[in-house]
Amino acid sequence: MALTKEQIAKRIAMEVKDGYYVNLGIGIPTLVANFVRDDINVDFQSENGVLGMGPFPFEGEEDPDLINAGKQTITTLPGASFFDSAMSFSMIRGKHVDLTILGAMEVSQNGDIANWKIPGKMVKGMGGAMDLVASAENIIVAMMHTNRAGESKLLKKCSLPLTGVNCVKKIVSNLAVIELVGDSFKLLERAPGVSVDEIIEATEGDLIIDGEIPEMKL
Amino acid sequence: MINKTVSGVQEACQGVKDNMTFMLGGFGLSGIPENSIAELVRLNVKNVTCVSNNAGVDDFGLGLLLQKRQIKKMISSYVGENAEFERQMLSGELDVELIPQGTLAQRCQAAQSGIPAFYTPAGYGTEVSEGKESREFHGKMHILEKAFEADFAFVKAWKGDAAGNLVFKGSARNFNPNMCGAAKITVAEVEELLPVGVLDPNHIHIPGIFVQRIFQGESYEKRIEQLTVRKRS
Repeated sequence: MALTKEQIAKRIAMEVKDGYYVNLGIGIPTLVANFVRDDINVDFQSENGVLGMGPFPFEGEEDPDLINAGKQTITTLPGASFFDSAMSFSMIRGKHVDLTILGAMEVSQNGDIANWKIPGKMVKGMGGAMDLVASAENIIVAMMHTNRAGESKLLKKCSLPLTGVNCVKKIVSNLAVIELVGDSFKLLERAPGVSVDEIIEATEGDLIIDGEIPEMKL
Repeated sequence: MINKTVSGVQEACQGVKDNMTFMLGGFGLSGIPENSIAELVRLNVKNVTCVSNNAGVDDFGLGLLLQKRQIKKMISSYVGENAEFERQMLSGELDVELIPQGTLAQRCQAAQSGIPAFYTPAGYGTEVSEGKESREFHGKMHILEKAFEADFAFVKAWKGDAAGNLVFKGSARNFNPNMCGAAKITVAEVEELLPVGVLDPNHIHIPGIFVQRIFQGESYEKRIEQLTVRKRS
């Protein structure tokens, strides 16, 4: 069975290590916070100026002066800090943030990512995504392997306008965990019950399959 | 002490004219200069360029200036929470320049700091880098981005004093400190204007030297864009 969005988030949460500062994008990446082991210490950074983000507030305790990058009301955890936007991107560009998790419309086998613009449709903007992908050392993409028409989103070359070049390190899709090595995708794990052939079928880019491919342990 | 206090929003906005470039603080609707925006609507200045991370919603924030078609150009990182914005953009009435959020912040910061331009990796290899100088540093490509040049910066702080010193609250800080001193005139509106000496100099986020005019806003709606809460278990 292909993974649900929650399961994708759960699998990505296993990549989050003790002591990491993590920036989560909007959508599936936001869900990752719910699945991080509670025996490790992780700080979530929100690019609008919060480090040490906590859960949503209890009803009636929301503060209009405390939101995340998705403009949702949030709380902070002990040890949190606030800062301005330039300092926030100093954390990002200066590689002080250890892990960036974001969504994508397309990823190419050389690690290019497209996630901000579909020509002919209303363009909302890149927000902080271009700064994040240009600088982060470790970028994990959460995405669906194919679009609604069943066409692969893991491509030889992106067709949509790019957000960044040669930057994605790992993809967790609804079908597989894939690493980017050299100029190829490399299959690491498959979703429970999904065959290697199904993943090959859903991947347009070059896919390295080395030996037996284990199922994900969720 | 150099006194930066003005009588109110009307005096604070003196000198605002058509065709000017404004910087406006805020992220979404959080930390926006509500009173200054209301005055810009009342003054009905036209053909203005606005540098602001977002463009408000239909009936609040910069959406109010859009409704009256006062904005010629928006320079933002993320827009479109706003039907009128979309209509004007698609019909070509509104010019929109979308730039990476960190680049936007740093272009403000550079203007504040007297740095005319800087290199950043953000946007290299994308349409953002088209027409810009690029250069390799430490084996990685960067693009040259320029400091903004603006006539007025409108910022919003939590507390301030007559010297123009500012203290921000929570994530309402965002772009506001970076825009202080980044335009010819910086107008700061605060929720609470205190006598000098009340704010601890250790706790000031922006020194008054970056602010030309300060006033206490009459009221703040502080609208929440996405109310998200959890249930008590």
